[in-house]
Amino acid sequence: MYAIDHHDLGTPPSTSQTMVSIEIDGRPFAVPEGTSVMRAAALAGVSIPKLCATDSLKSFGSCRLCLVEIEGRKGYPASCTTLVADGMKVRTESDKLHQLRKGVVELYVSEHPLECEGCPADKHCELQDMAAVHGVTGSPYIAGDSCPPRVTAESRAISYQTDTSNPYFNFNPELCIVCSRCVRACDETQGTLALTISGRGLASQVAASQSESFVESECVSCGACVEACPTAALSEKSLLSFTKPTQAITTTCAYCGVGCSLKAEVADGKVARMVPNRDGHANQGHACVKGRFAYGYATHADRLTKPMIRATLSDPWREVSWDEAIGHAASEFKRIQAKYGRGAVGGITSSRCTNEETWLVQKLVRAAFGNNNVDTCARVCHSPTGYGLKQTLGESAGTQAFTSVMKANVVLLMGANPTEGHPVFASQLKRALRAGAKLIVIDPREIALVNGPHIKAEHHLQLRPGTNVAMINALAHVAVTEGFVKDDYVAARCEMASFNKWREFVAQERNSPEAVEAVTGVPAASVRAAARLYASAVNGAIYYGLGVTEHSQGSTTVLGIANLAMATGNIGREGVGVNPLRGQNNVQGSCDMGSFPHELPGYRHVSDNAVRGSFEAVWGVTLDNEQGLRIPNMFEAALDGTFKGMYIQGEDIAQSDPNTQHVVAALTSLECLVVQDIFMCETAKFAHVLLPGSSFLEKDGTFTNAERRISRVRKVMEPLPGLADWEVTMRLANALGHPMHYDHPSQIMAEIASLMPTFTGVTYEKLERLGSIQWPCNDAAPEGTPTMHIDQFVRGKGKFFVTEYVPTRERSSSRFPLLLTTGRVLTQYNVGAQTRRTENNVWHSEDRVEIHPHDAENRGIADGDWIGITSRAGETVLRAQVTDRVQPGVIYTTFHFPESGANVVTTENSDWATNCPEYKVTAVEVVKVDKPLDWQIRFRQNRDARLPSRHKAPAAV
Amino acid sequence: MHAEQLVQMVNDISAFFAPQFPEAEAAAEVAGHLKRQWEKRMRLQIVEILNSGEGAFSPVGRAAIALLAAEATRPAG
Ligand code: SF4
Ligand code: SF4
Ligand code: SF4
Ligand code: FES
Repeated sequence: MYAIDHHDLGTPPSTSQTMVSIEIDGRPFAVPEGTSVMRAAALAGVSIPKLCATDSLKSFGSCRLCLVEIEGRKGYPASCTTLVADGMKVRTESDKLHQLRKGVVELYVSEHPLECEGCPADKHCELQDMAAVHGVTGSPYIAGDSCPPRVTAESRAISYQTDTSNPYFNFNPELCIVCSRCVRACDETQGTLALTISGRGLASQVAASQSESFVESECVSCGACVEACPTAALSEKSLLSFTKPTQAITTTCAYCGVGCSLKAEVADGKVARMVPNRDGHANQGHACVKGRFAYGYATHADRLTKPMIRATLSDPWREVSWDEAIGHAASEFKRIQAKYGRGAVGGITSSRCTNEETWLVQKLVRAAFGNNNVDTCARVCHSPTGYGLKQTLGESAGTQAFTSVMKANVVLLMGANPTEGHPVFASQLKRALRAGAKLIVIDPREIALVNGPHIKAEHHLQLRPGTNVAMINALAHVAVTEGFVKDDYVAARCEMASFNKWREFVAQERNSPEAVEAVTGVPAASVRAAARLYASAVNGAIYYGLGVTEHSQGSTTVLGIANLAMATGNIGREGVGVNPLRGQNNVQGSCDMGSFPHELPGYRHVSDNAVRGSFEAVWGVTLDNEQGLRIPNMFEAALDGTFKGMYIQGEDIAQSDPNTQHVVAALTSLECLVVQDIFMCETAKFAHVLLPGSSFLEKDGTFTNAERRISRVRKVMEPLPGLADWEVTMRLANALGHPMHYDHPSQIMAEIASLMPTFTGVTYEKLERLGSIQWPCNDAAPEGTPTMHIDQFVRGKGKFFVTEYVPTRERSSSRFPLLLTTGRVLTQYNVGAQTRRTENNVWHSEDRVEIHPHDAENRGIADGDWIGITSRAGETVLRAQVTDRVQPGVIYTTFHFPESGANVVTTENSDWATNCPEYKVTAVEVVKVDKPLDWQIRFRQNRDARLPSRHKAPAAV
Repeated sequence: MHAEQLVQMVNDISAFFAPQFPEAEAAAEVAGHLKRQWEKRMRLQIVEILNSGEGAFSPVGRAAIALLAAEATRPAG
């Protein structure tokens, strides 16, 4: 069932610019060529009866309910499969049509009796609607001898068992009308093709994979089939425990950087279900298992709801009023600054919070603390993107809209695993690939897109971890030496001196695929073929992820990617570009909002007097013109005794930052740590003040996704702790003596728009009207900018950089002979604080280490064994998964569970330009052991005691 | 901050700029990077390390910190 407020037009829109004139029931209309008669009628306000058609799927023409009469044509064509033609005259109602359609409905009702009371779809069921429209209350085929013969009651009882295996939705075959919408949704919308229609004629039935249960099948629980189903055959379990939702509130997913637009359907002030928004610009009606279903964490029993304070870490927590907690925090920060100096405190903003909230935290640091010690978790993920793209192109952001991929001929995917990390973009990418685009994957591991059942990459350059720069240089070498450079483009748009220097550098023999083969481990011939494919494409697009940034040369790789794209003329139009796939939902936004210690909002350096002056005028304070500390610098300064107080909003740095022991030592040395979070996270264990946070369902604001798209977050329920995060920051600033007063986040956005040239045209009113806006949005682009750098680069001329490959210090050695690299799974998110508190654990309840059979055998390790992983930083124990997805010499794990301790082993190595940690390469040794370490066992026990059984229903939101 | 680690960071930055420019220019780029990216405490400490004669700097790294040191002694610094 699609969202309760969706008005379905029956078939997808046509993209044609040519209009044709038609007449519907005697009234003239003009619609784009290629539009179906059904959609044209719907646009004209005439709803033609239908069952197998819906506007998210290609028309199918199976139910025969949408028949119409067309002047000059024989018979009764199906309006969903008939396209408009100029001068066409359509009649949608006649006695004959009514009679034909009624017969069809009666047949359906014979298979699906109208026993609607108590059905989750009651009052929102398309069959029920069709029966009502045609005055059908029962079926003449049910009583007596039925013709055609029906499935007998006995066979129905055997075959019609409800499949309840998926934790979030049921499949009840008895309610199925075999319209194939689910099968087509799994194919066209999701691209997994997990469903088929098995059996024939009236005995036909929907089946998952090889007639397995949903949870055992290859289904990824995206919910597309559930959204598409016209009846309750596929329906959300949550609907069973709520009264009918009466309101749909459009908001934005708080998980990954795709930023899907979702509709929260609300009953009695709570979320009864979450449905993708078919008008959503980032997701076009799709979602994944996280955004669609895993929102139960928001009302989990573990939510913190009361402010708490304690004098020392060994004292018990004491629940206090908001005023006392905030007063205490403010007086501590003031005391520390008086004693140790202005620079002794700082703050961390969160990519999980809204733009408005992030704005306030950085404003608090700069204006109330009076320093620039503000940083964000982007430090540990995409800070090299900010640096690299700013240096080369002039703006710290991706260049395209997601839909641009549909115009790409070749997609180069580097260090990203979208089917797990960015699932809805992955579905779009799969659509592009199935339409003929070619894929090159650069990744140490065989990700699903390399060799899937329906998708195959043209080339998989399976390089050794830590050799990205050598690889990018080799690709560029081929482009330059084999004549693929777009000279006109470069001459018109780039700095020639920098280009010539770069060309001369990459052309050197030492950068050839043959020369670097020993470093990357990838056969030179594959590199050459892949380079030719990308460089010769009409439209070549690069997408990349943390596998690019989280390296000691992360920034160099980003520069190298931009170099390659510029040299081959692949920036500045649709179908091309350089596209970072951002991890957290608001990483782009938190960076835009000035979360870096050296940059004011809009990526402008704090030393820029004019920019600083504009902020000083509005904020009424003098701002520090010196950059502040980055997160790792804060830790170091804490250990040195010059940094004593921290305000952390919505980040769990004790779990997410590298070298946990080091981080813990730093946090313990603070005199005042204020943590604002929705759960008692790992970092909160070192806090003196706990400010309970609010989830995305509890506040208004905006998120900005990986395509620079600003979308509204809308309040669905009251904040559980009584205050939304932005209100808490405001109170803290006031207590610190810097007055802040906003009645609503829209006023914060007005301030943002007044101070950021890329946001001057953004208002809540415009967001309401347009649905979403891609910045820059200003006088030059009043409705936003889907594609950047069209006529020229933001910095003027594009700048090339020489990208010398410098091997990481994390090299395998005799003591640590393997390289550990890290990644994500679809069903868990980041440090797992949210998804671990949902039924998603059904799919992934522990992190495992993938190890190649060869390395496993050498060490006597079998699948499922506990293995100890040791690096020079620390030791952890995880279960082994023996697989050839990884190459010999490389092991791989996810890091969604705190007891996995992935960051206990990662080192403090970091990107040279931004200090982004080198998560993707750690030299380790592994040995078979008997059991996890004691601290891991304790963690697991605590977690199991705290979390609901995975078979219990999640807390309802 | 660990002196060794700070020096290593300077050397890493230098390893990026050294191949792009002649040594003096590269050193200026590194110094410029540090001035725009590093907090004052770190810049002071790295100058101290240079002055103490301890750090195992790369040539460009050493030249860059020498530039920072020279600027720090100037009144405007
Ligand atoms: S939930 Fe998604 S993947 Fe699973 S069967 Fe439905 S459409 Fe396919
Ligand atoms: S499960 Fe729903 S969508 Fe799928 S065929 Fe049956 S009625 Fe149609
Ligand atoms: S997690 Fe990402 S892909 Fe999934 S629904 Fe949310 S924004 Fe969309
Ligand atoms: S809606 Fe047209 S045939 Fe089913």
